[in-house]
Amino acid sequence: MKILVPVKRVIDYNVKPRVKADGTGVDLANVKMSMNPFDEIAVEEAIRLKEKGAATEIVAVSIGPAKAQETLRTALAMGADRAILVETEEEVEPLAVAKILKAIADEEQPGLVILGKQSISDDSNQTGQMLAALMGRPQGTFANTVEVDGDSVTVKREVDGGLQTVKLALPAIVTTDLRLNEPRYASLPNIMKAKQKPLATKTAGDYGVDLTPRLKTLKVAEPPVRQAGEKVADVAALVEKVKALGIA
Amino acid sequence: MKTLVLVEHDNTKVNDATLAVVTAAGKLGEVHLLVAGLNCGSVAEAAAKIAGVSKVHVADDAAYANGLAENVAPLAADLMGHHDAFLAAATTQGKNVAPRVAAHLDVMQVSEILSVEGPKTFTRPIYAGNAIATVESTDAKLVITVRGTAFEKAATEGGSAAIEAVAGPGDAGISTFVSSEIAKSERPELTSAKVIVSGGRALKDSETFESVITPLADKLGAAIGASRAAVDAGYVPNDYQVGQTGKIVAPEVYFAIGISGAIQHLAGMKDSKVIIAINKDEDAPIFQVADIGLVADLYAAVPELTGAL
Repeated sequence: MKILVPVKRVIDYNVKPRVKADGTGVDLANVKMSMNPFDEIAVEEAIRLKEKGAATEIVAVSIGPAKAQETLRTALAMGADRAILVETEEEVEPLAVAKILKAIADEEQPGLVILGKQSISDDSNQTGQMLAALMGRPQGTFANTVEVDGDSVTVKREVDGGLQTVKLALPAIVTTDLRLNEPRYASLPNIMKAKQKPLATKTAGDYGVDLTPRLKTLKVAEPPVRQAGEKVADVAALVEKVKALGIA
Repeated sequence: MKTLVLVEHDNTKVNDATLAVVTAAGKLGEVHLLVAGLNCGSVAEAAAKIAGVSKVHVADDAAYANGLAENVAPLAADLMGHHDAFLAAATTQGKNVAPRVAAHLDVMQVSEILSVEGPKTFTRPIYAGNAIATVESTDAKLVITVRGTAFEKAATEGGSAAIEAVAGPGDAGISTFVSSEIAKSERPELTSAKVIVSGGRALKDSETFESVITPLADKLGAAIGASRAAVDAGYVPNDYQVGQTGKIVAPEVYFAIGISGAIQHLAGMKDSKVIIAINKDEDAPIFQVADIGLVADLYAAVPELTGAL
């Protein structure tokens, strides 16, 4: 079974994003970029399934600028077998990403597509579900545990009240939540080896997908800032304050 | 504009999260609801009483018993032939179903809206709430998820909507519900609680978390939350997590106990009316957003506070 793992290049999660002064977006110039953390978890899960013998090949895909090659090399260094870059300098919306991934899935015929549940850039949380709908296949979103068994996969999902377990017929789409696994670091020898692994470069046109955005961003602004209040000296003072709130 | 709101429920009662979505939908136009479930008549009746609702579509079928997205999305997409906007709560259920509906309709979804600025214009948080984008949809139809804390809840009484049975495509036959482990608790639910007591990594382990946080929460009739660090360390289950990647909350009073205040946590609770922080590190970022701060050792301060209330 082949596993397809889409990965996105985003602002590193340790960097505080700055809104551009002209309000057109977030400043990405000279900012450290990394693989979206949820996608790292997806790559790790695919590798673990391969190590367990449930998968035979892992194909990493990224849709983004030429520099997204670095993100794909990271996936290859972690353990993916080959990579596809669909190169575009445009911002691509989840619906268009899902359409490109659908076209790639038609070619590659993966048994599983594992994606991060959302990117930490636009926080849409849509691509996996959209891909599943376009493919007419089931989805195990916000996965906490993934177990492949023959022609099905059982996914334990993190839902609002606790956990929900669903059984999905393969091929299926899984999106990762935080506690699915802890991604490995790529070792130096594996980083070197990754440079030799195949990486194909394509365009959206190769897949016949129109990237014209459906949402127009009119403005991007800083959120309202919350002001610090006062510090109280001791518990007795805090008790007075809490009582004054009328909740105790 | 005719809107269709996905009602979140457990086949017995309407989840509060839906009430805020009804308010958001009301800003766009006429509000219709979709109740998809099994033996969910009582949900439909309760839904019909929500203020501002003009029609309730009910699909009562075993295929919809557990709200599986593979079965619910085609049903919603069919109904969208007669509606202009589909709205769901930005809960795990809404986030699971809505993008699937959007893909069926070839629409780019607007996720987790904070406000309605015009018939097709909305604000939404990006970069974990570090920026707020104003976006305008150019699609013929709208698919939207709604952040519950950003809208008032519609009243649960006062409406008298017509209830209409609808049939959908049924079971897609590609997914099955196996089981759920939903924590049963006497406490208020995290996302609708008036008071929340949250603990962080400083609580050391699950026993300490329980012995320090629970008595205060009991005293205040509060829900219990936690930072991602506390959840990752295994002190409490994942559904306690407050933050950008967990639950977004906005209670009247939020106690942050032993929580340093990482950006990802602040993104989930900074809309609380009053934030009270107890932390022994006076430079902890949580104090930059707290209305009332106490620099103290929580092991002494919290029991003392609990005892004095």
